[in-house]
Amino acid sequence: MAELSGAERVRSREGGVAAYLRRVWAVAEKDVRAEMRSKEVVGTMAAFALLAAVVFGLAFDLRVPRPELVVPGILWVIVLFAGVLGLHRSFGSEVERGTLAGLLLAPVERSAIFLGKAAANLLYFLIVEALLLPALLILFDVNLIEPFILLGLFLGTVGYVGVGTLFAALTSRNRAKETLLPVVLLPVLAPLFISGVGLTSVILDNRGTAEVWPWVGIIGLYDALVFAIAFLLVDVIWEQI
Amino acid sequence: MSTLSRATDTDRWFMSLLVFDAIAVLAMAVVTWAGLLYAGDAVNLAGVEQVAQRIFYFHIGSNIAALLGFLGSVVGSIGYLVSRRMAWDRWAAASVEIGTVFGILVLLSGAIWAKPAWNTYWTWDPRLTTASITVLIYIAYMLFRNGFDDAETRARFASVYAMFAFLSVPLTYYSARLFRSIHPIVFDGGNEEAQGGFAIGPTMGQTLTMAMIGFALLFFALLFHRVRQLAFEDRLNAVQERVYE
Amino acid sequence: MTQPIEPLIRCEHVEKRFGHKRILRDVSFTVAEGEVLSLLGANGSGKTTLLRIISALVRPDKGEVWLGPVPLSSAADGIRRYIGVVAHAPLLYDRLSGIENLDFYARLYDLAEPQKRIEKLLRTMDLWQWRDDAVRTYSRGMSQRLAIARAVLHDPPVVILDEPDTGLDLQGIQLLNELLAQLRSRGRAVFTTTHNLEHAKNWSDRVFELRSGHLHQIELPDRIEHR
Repeated sequence: MAELSGAERVRSREGGVAAYLRRVWAVAEKDVRAEMRSKEVVGTMAAFALLAAVVFGLAFDLRVPRPELVVPGILWVIVLFAGVLGLHRSFGSEVERGTLAGLLLAPVERSAIFLGKAAANLLYFLIVEALLLPALLILFDVNLIEPFILLGLFLGTVGYVGVGTLFAALTSRNRAKETLLPVVLLPVLAPLFISGVGLTSVILDNRGTAEVWPWVGIIGLYDALVFAIAFLLVDVIWEQI
Repeated sequence: MSTLSRATDTDRWFMSLLVFDAIAVLAMAVVTWAGLLYAGDAVNLAGVEQVAQRIFYFHIGSNIAALLGFLGSVVGSIGYLVSRRMAWDRWAAASVEIGTVFGILVLLSGAIWAKPAWNTYWTWDPRLTTASITVLIYIAYMLFRNGFDDAETRARFASVYAMFAFLSVPLTYYSARLFRSIHPIVFDGGNEEAQGGFAIGPTMGQTLTMAMIGFALLFFALLFHRVRQLAFEDRLNAVQERVYE
Repeated sequence: MTQPIEPLIRCEHVEKRFGHKRILRDVSFTVAEGEVLSLLGANGSGKTTLLRIISALVRPDKGEVWLGPVPLSSAADGIRRYIGVVAHAPLLYDRLSGIENLDFYARLYDLAEPQKRIEKLLRTMDLWQWRDDAVRTYSRGMSQRLAIARAVLHDPPVVILDEPDTGLDLQGIQLLNELLAQLRSRGRAVFTTTHNLEHAKNWSDRVFELRSGHLHQIELPDRIEHR
């Protein structure tokens, strides 16, 4: 007993990438499993997204001659605002119930916790988007289910979830919490929003795929930078709770 | 005791700060004179556009100050994350506060100028978009700081936020530029779609340099005062707690 | 990992402020293998802060905590596998069942044979028959028992318990006493806080009180015969 024992029940930590991904997966699966029972996050996001689509439909039906002009903006505005609703819960519930300490007490890289949470959020976002696109098709008679729009939406969602998950962790300790999250998040998301609308417009206007690639490039660059900075700084966020 | 002696240390700089203030005020007086009287008229403009063009010196000057605020927030935040000294955080916070004031001045002076030049107060030109988003990020930064009780947590989280702001601002500019641009690019004149552009004469060039220097001096004068004030605030809290104990 | 170490927890001159308020002034103590140390103190006396510092969740402003030969300030995330914590909050997900909660933590701790270990703990804690029920349906005492099982899941050499007796009924207290005796006999270093002096006397080798940021030892006259 004259050593730091207890390790006998724990497998070697030097498991490399596979072990790291197992831990990411454990966090993600835990979140998704709890979400499948409560349907709290996806339910709220989906209801908001569909409601917003109807409200936009009512608002623009009176004034806009061709819905293609406004649908790219509508799509991205809805994704942006629906996302804020869901992201808050990502760490909000962990902080409220005090389970965040349980995650942080585990011998797990902070980046693995972040990635696991982000992966669960990505799934929620994609489910909501899968419901939103057909709804927009029905309400506005504009088909957004095109390969490049889906690619842009996916890449944009990845970047959004990256910043959003990290900011949810940042604001979860703030007094203003849920009201603050959109205020800090939305201006930082401006490049994604602009590029997303730009890309969607290019496809709807049939301007050819050559014009799509610069947009894909910006979104991809944004994603890469977001995850790079998140990896660098995620330890700073949770070095103390 | 160390708290009190450190306070007088800071005060030793007070006289130098007053001298700096005087220089900044003087510089701003010169900028105002040069901008309104010394600089020649823009030769290719006429009427109200020619008069409105003079706001350009204050517009660019404020822009320099706002840019310094932006850089200050990044430098202060990186400094804090590396050194974990609260002084860096105070520089970052003060830079953002003062940068926001100048950022709002940039937007207002731009809108006042744009009405006669572009016949609209506002467009979604890349620079306007980027400037407005940057000001919004600054405001969000201040609100964000406001919600933390613990100074250490506030400094840590605000620094992380500043890093993301730093990343997103250039990307905002490039994505907005892919959309379109009607903002005059005064310094290279290569943008043919730009409206309201004007040729720069020698007195105009000199005035512009003066404006940039003057506003930079004003920025630093305000920054030093605000940082000093924040340092006193922290020290006052420390003394209060010690008395309370 | 084979250096002999004694004591297991060594806390040296720890100071912690919140803002400018000093919660802990100069706290030093050690806990050896097979020793149970209890900490009494009013609410807000800094008990929980001290406990968080030892669990590597919060960094002290001054001083250092050593886990065996390792200083916490320079340890990587891996050091956390040597610590087990029962916190104020149960650290359980109330939408998940008892077994799912333990299974999740077993994966985070990368246990070698999780199923056997989980079953053993659930039986010890008398929760086996409710293993598939969501934790939100558990009573306060059941949650607390599961929280204790969660803390010792990876069989850590250092066990930290923040008021483990709150919410426990008589039977739960008995289970806790048995567990503490077992931990002691297996050479674990145990650090607990409690409000209850009787409980502290029952299960501890040494009892301290935290008053205005300093530790004061409370004499336990009948201690020698008890050991």
